[in-house]
Amino acid sequence: MKKVFGVIVLGVWMLGAAGSVMAAEPYKVGAVFAITGPAAWLGEPERNTAKMIQEQVNAQGGINGHPLEIIIEDTVGEEAKAVMAVQKLINRDNVLAIVGPTRSGTTMAVIPIMEKAEVPLVSCAAAEAIVNPVRKWVFKTPQKDSDAAIRIYEKMKQLNISKVAIITSTEGFGMEGRKQLKRFAPEYGITIVADETYGPKDTDMTAQLTKFKGTDAQAIVNWAIVPGQATMIKNKKQLGMTIPLFQSHGFGNIKYARAAGDAADGVLFPAGRLLVADSLPADHPQKALLEKYKKDYEEKFKTDVSTFGGHAYDALNLVIAALRAVGPDRAKIRDYIENTKNFVGTGGVFNFSPKDHTGLTKDAFEMITIKGGKFLPAQ
Amino acid sequence: MSLFSQILQFLLTGITIGTIYGMVALGFNIIYNATGIINFAQGEFVMLGGMFMVWFTTVLKIPMIAAFALSVIMVTLIGALFERLAIYPLKRPSVLILIMITLAGSIIMKGSAMLFWGKETYTLPHFSGEEPFYLFGATILPQTLWILGIMFVVVIILAGFFNFTMLGKAMRACAVNPTAASLVGISVKKMVLLSFALSAALGATAGIIITPVALMEYDRGAILALKGFAAAVLGGLGNGVGAVVAGLLIGILESLGAGLISSGYKDAIALLVLLLVLFVKPSGIFGVSEASKLKEF
Repeated sequence: MKKVFGVIVLGVWMLGAAGSVMAAEPYKVGAVFAITGPAAWLGEPERNTAKMIQEQVNAQGGINGHPLEIIIEDTVGEEAKAVMAVQKLINRDNVLAIVGPTRSGTTMAVIPIMEKAEVPLVSCAAAEAIVNPVRKWVFKTPQKDSDAAIRIYEKMKQLNISKVAIITSTEGFGMEGRKQLKRFAPEYGITIVADETYGPKDTDMTAQLTKFKGTDAQAIVNWAIVPGQATMIKNKKQLGMTIPLFQSHGFGNIKYARAAGDAADGVLFPAGRLLVADSLPADHPQKALLEKYKKDYEEKFKTDVSTFGGHAYDALNLVIAALRAVGPDRAKIRDYIENTKNFVGTGGVFNFSPKDHTGLTKDAFEMITIKGGKFLPAQ
Repeated sequence: MSLFSQILQFLLTGITIGTIYGMVALGFNIIYNATGIINFAQGEFVMLGGMFMVWFTTVLKIPMIAAFALSVIMVTLIGALFERLAIYPLKRPSVLILIMITLAGSIIMKGSAMLFWGKETYTLPHFSGEEPFYLFGATILPQTLWILGIMFVVVIILAGFFNFTMLGKAMRACAVNPTAASLVGISVKKMVLLSFALSAALGATAGIIITPVALMEYDRGAILALKGFAAAVLGGLGNGVGAVVAGLLIGILESLGAGLISSGYKDAIALLVLLLVLFVKPSGIFGVSEASKLKEF
């Protein structure tokens, strides 16, 4: 027994020694995602994407000869765990930058730590509060909630809709969306005639919809990131309601559309172009990148690509581009990201500046519709 | 839409949700009656029922009726296995230990479901189409009728079982006084096993019939268990009729609360009523206070 142990120790030591001879010091990047817990369906594609990128980068010889080491931590979608994970990554692993967390709440919780430790953070969460006001060390890759609300209202104006009923989920994403919808309604001449919510695990929303039926709403906005939004779509059909339905960018997962079945036909929502990569014109700047990510991801993981994994893809590629240009220096990485222009990502074409740490405009969104269980660009 | 048909719609919605709460509450009661504990894995039985049904019908392509039976059998076996592995070996079970065990069981079941089926949300085709019926301006899905019908049949079968069969009477005897029951030759341990199997089957049935309308994912169990538990307490722990009535009451209150006041306060309204009832009548609406004093928990 002792002998076996000795051999193992020797083997591990030799392996380590050989490794250090062969390769230069790895560049360590932290990744904090909600891999389990209530936001797992967001965190999982993000984790998969991070693993895929690490493999691809190292297969091509790493970053300037240095292997890329992504240290992935699970936040379970909870603030306390996210804070612990970030502290571990900074203090023990001494990472150069961190991507994530997945959710807006967990991102807000780790911001003070990042600012104090002076480590760049590229968040994969959507809430505008993350980058407004601008914080020196914090960036994010998803499109802004406010831009999603604006795109929805623009489409409504085009369709001559002025009275809407809104229904939002009671978790962070839905609450933030509700705020943005109410904020921009007057600007676009839209009256919110009913304002209802549902819990993330609710099994039925017919009561709220029945209430909408009693109003003169011309359209409904259903803003959520939880699977329950598919139930709402089914309930709407059940009640025989035919007014147009708008969803948020939180609907950007084909599984939700499938869960809603044919009730989802004709739904309109703003989302990144990843979902309609095939239908983009050949000269679109994002087309090549989107098709590559989609193909790589779907071949490797045998499951549909989602925009959420795309946010991690953009965040990591920003950090990798910075590492390639300026090397392992946290302050220089931050400066590099802040001055990145015309960076083509899955979420859009990023143009960062000292005043804008999102780098995307409302044009990053495409209005998308659903037909026969497939995402298509809306006309 | 007129106020009348709106209220009718709220009531119909409430009855549908309430039926599910009632069925979960019944599951709580069966185990509570046999063992005196609250089985926190009850919601997991509901989740497993729905997930097995989805798996059998969509992946293994088994026809609906056979898949229904198979799903119930699978979950019943899981319930029985859970009792045999975790509850049965205990030498001197105290209420607290039993509760911790069921809690652990629920976490294990949830975790295994996540590993096996993933984190996705699944759906099932409705049993007989999705064309709603119209009733004075309100709509009812055929699935709602299935839910109500199956619940009705289940309650009748359970009532018959507990009141008219030897086995059912033996289970009730265990609930009243385990020591006396074993003195007259009833195997209490066997009754405990049976209670777990029965409530697993009940939970699975609930899970199968709601999945077409409510969808199902691996972590849905906890919230259903919470609402079902509220219904069980409101109706008086251990009381079958109470569970059904209280389940319906909570469902209707939620729906009316969401429709007439605000959906933001929906859960609060239902829980507020629960608290009020418990302040006035701690043994629940149908509970007998003398009987509840004799219970440990």
